[in-house]
Amino acid sequence: MNTAVVRLIAGRIVIAILTLLFVSLAVFVGTEILPGDVAQAVLGQNATPEAVAGLRHALHLDQPAYIRYFLWLGSLLSGDPGRSLVNGLPVATLIASRLPNSLMLAFVTAVICVPIALMLGILSAVWRGSRFDRAVSFVTMSIISVPEFMIATLLVIVFAVNLRWFPALSYAAGKVSLDQFFRLFALPVLTLTCVMIAQMMRMTRAAVIDTLRSSYVEMAVLKGASPIRVVLTHALPNAIGPIANIVALNLSFLLGGAIIVEVIFNYPGLARLLVDAVSTRDMPLVQACVMIFCATYLFLVMLADISGILSNPRLRHR
Amino acid sequence: MKKVDVRTNAPGLDEHFRRGASRREVISMLMAAGMSTAAAGAVTMSADTAYAQTPRRGGRIKVATNQSSTADTLDPAKPNTPNDSARHTMFYNGLVRFDSTLTPQLELAEEITPSDRATIWHIKLRQDVRFHDGSSLTAADVVYSLQRHKDPAVGSLGRSLAEPMQEISATGPREVRVRLSGPNADLPAVLGMSNFSIIKAGTTDFRSANGTGPYKCQEFQPGGRSIALRNDEYFKRGKPYLDEIELFGIPDESARVNALLSGDVHFIGAVGARTAQRIASAPNLALFETRGGGYLSFGIRLDQEPGSNPDFVLAVKHLLDREQIRRAVYRNYAVIANDQPIDPTNRFYDPSLPQRPFDLEKARFHLQRSGFANQTLPIVVSPAAGGSEEVAQFLQQAAARIGLNFNLQRVPADGYWSNHWMKHPLGFGRINPKPSADVLFSLGFKSDSPFNESGWRNERFDQLLLEARAETDTDRRREMYGEMQRLVHRGSGVCIPAFVTILDAHVSNLKGLSPIPIGGMMGYNFADSIWLDQ
Repeated sequence: MNTAVVRLIAGRIVIAILTLLFVSLAVFVGTEILPGDVAQAVLGQNATPEAVAGLRHALHLDQPAYIRYFLWLGSLLSGDPGRSLVNGLPVATLIASRLPNSLMLAFVTAVICVPIALMLGILSAVWRGSRFDRAVSFVTMSIISVPEFMIATLLVIVFAVNLRWFPALSYAAGKVSLDQFFRLFALPVLTLTCVMIAQMMRMTRAAVIDTLRSSYVEMAVLKGASPIRVVLTHALPNAIGPIANIVALNLSFLLGGAIIVEVIFNYPGLARLLVDAVSTRDMPLVQACVMIFCATYLFLVMLADISGILSNPRLRHR
Repeated sequence: MKKVDVRTNAPGLDEHFRRGASRREVISMLMAAGMSTAAAGAVTMSADTAYAQTPRRGGRIKVATNQSSTADTLDPAKPNTPNDSARHTMFYNGLVRFDSTLTPQLELAEEITPSDRATIWHIKLRQDVRFHDGSSLTAADVVYSLQRHKDPAVGSLGRSLAEPMQEISATGPREVRVRLSGPNADLPAVLGMSNFSIIKAGTTDFRSANGTGPYKCQEFQPGGRSIALRNDEYFKRGKPYLDEIELFGIPDESARVNALLSGDVHFIGAVGARTAQRIASAPNLALFETRGGGYLSFGIRLDQEPGSNPDFVLAVKHLLDREQIRRAVYRNYAVIANDQPIDPTNRFYDPSLPQRPFDLEKARFHLQRSGFANQTLPIVVSPAAGGSEEVAQFLQQAAARIGLNFNLQRVPADGYWSNHWMKHPLGFGRINPKPSADVLFSLGFKSDSPFNESGWRNERFDQLLLEARAETDTDRRREMYGEMQRLVHRGSGVCIPAFVTILDAHVSNLKGLSPIPIGGMMGYNFADSIWLDQ
């Protein structure tokens, strides 16, 4: 480790804490602005002014907003994210039942999607302008142009309803066999791959082409390095910065943005938990979900920056 | 050491990200468009014929309702969603349950007898009922289960119905006496609502369920799934039939229907009229229709302009083309209504009330007299009141033909019931089926009810309501409810175009279903009736 990396990490952690604070405040203000509160959302059409007032009092919603915010912040700092206002369960329990699912979906998708996207991107860059390059670009751009919910629904209709190869729902609890695991994840992962692959592949292609045009790559070619060696040891390391960034962005999308996949495949992940929480105005739960998404995002971007520095000789050796 | 920002190495990154964001916006736009322009198709009626077969024991099924969220609860006092109601009837029982005509039938009670003009009720409990933890059902459990609805901290949705139960006391180990603040011949109907399910005395923790119901709670996750295992100690001999029911929600309708088509679930709730054709044409699936008293209401506030003018109200009531609404909005899965809330399945429905027709001439006549001709008036519509936009559009077209302009104002579903419902001069409400004519009239039409949609005040109606409540003779009650239907039809500002048929769907070999008009899925009380023909 050199000083640049250490200073970067230290600086980022301070900024991350400030960002999280700011985000929590913004989210709190946002949920306050939304029409209705927990009491009205829970009582729905049955809400009478007395019933709403009674429930508000029971949930301490009759306190001023800033006091509620600081109460929440105080208990969070002491390690307790609070209890859901809607069902009274600890927020930690609710998150614990969903976070592993989201991480699993993100992990499986990343393991499949990232290598394919990088490979396609590098090959397209090497053979830029060729039929292969144009075909890959055409197919991935076509797929990304189709809305996610439509891809998911089409996959369900073809592979679950008609062919019956895979289940239409991806909900399973407890231990599952490897075969079952594959069947459960096949359609959601395929949907997410379709959504993500074009961006990563295009970015990789652009970054690699950029470095292939540089003078040090020309130098490597002139000294007689093989094309594979030129790409893998001379061009690619210098393209890692931008590639790592786009991968990080996509991974953070996987954790919190897979809402359509979670809804269509009835997959119990964090995104649906957040949507539920927003629709019932369940502030502690909204905050907890947003904190997790935000922290993950900051963490991934920091990892991407570090890998960018470490892979770049000019930065590494300063 | 200079500040390092490697992201500057990535030109166009922001652009990519922006494109990603706008793509997601497009998705949401397309979703909205797709929902409103879903393909039309003729729909054939398919009735679920219940053959008299001997139920088989065994099997497990998966049931998906249309809603599920972190607000899911095992507390019967506050069911948020159909999912909750279905869950509560699996794990708990009521003192009574509704049959296909909404007549209360004894369940945990062995006897329910009124005295003193239906002001004091004596409830005698069955002897052979046990909770899932093995303890016997006693009067104390019933007293606790009813009493808690009156506590504001519980937040019970049945609080207004429990309020008149002035004194709830145990008069013996298996006898309970309920003294009401006034007579109510319909108390058994109130007790049949799933809110008033019986729980163990002292229960405050609802992470799991300890009830007397046909299934035991094996697993419960709010917003996730519930697993119900057969209760072998169930007091109804031989019931329930299934080994296990897994219950969860799939909010997206097409995902829910696809899950049924692919065989991943066996029974789904809330099928849209537009999707019904797909189910009806699938060989191994069946549609399950429940006709009942649920409706979409168009409320004209009588205490505000323009509804304060009776001629304006009559003009609008004649502008509703109910046939067309039934056909186009509900694909014929509806029964035409007559601006009064008692539907034909109800035992107090009065068929002698003449149907109000779609009559442009009459509408024009009343509009001229009202003085609102050639004006532009706003109607508030929202996805929260499903179908409101379509009905408002038909109203708008008809009104344009007689020189009245309606201007549709769309508001989001979020917060609709608190912020918009009953607050605009012209707006929509959605009324779910109610257990009795009394509850329906008391909530929606009584002068001082907080849910009096049109702000209608009628002394004669209020007086009849109280008289009918105290009357135990069914024929005399029918007469009173008949007059009340005429009063509402004539005077109230609530326009009711149609009673909506509730549609559910299931695999054909799921048997034992019969409609109970309090809601879909047998009034969500299917657990001890259904079985699998394997």
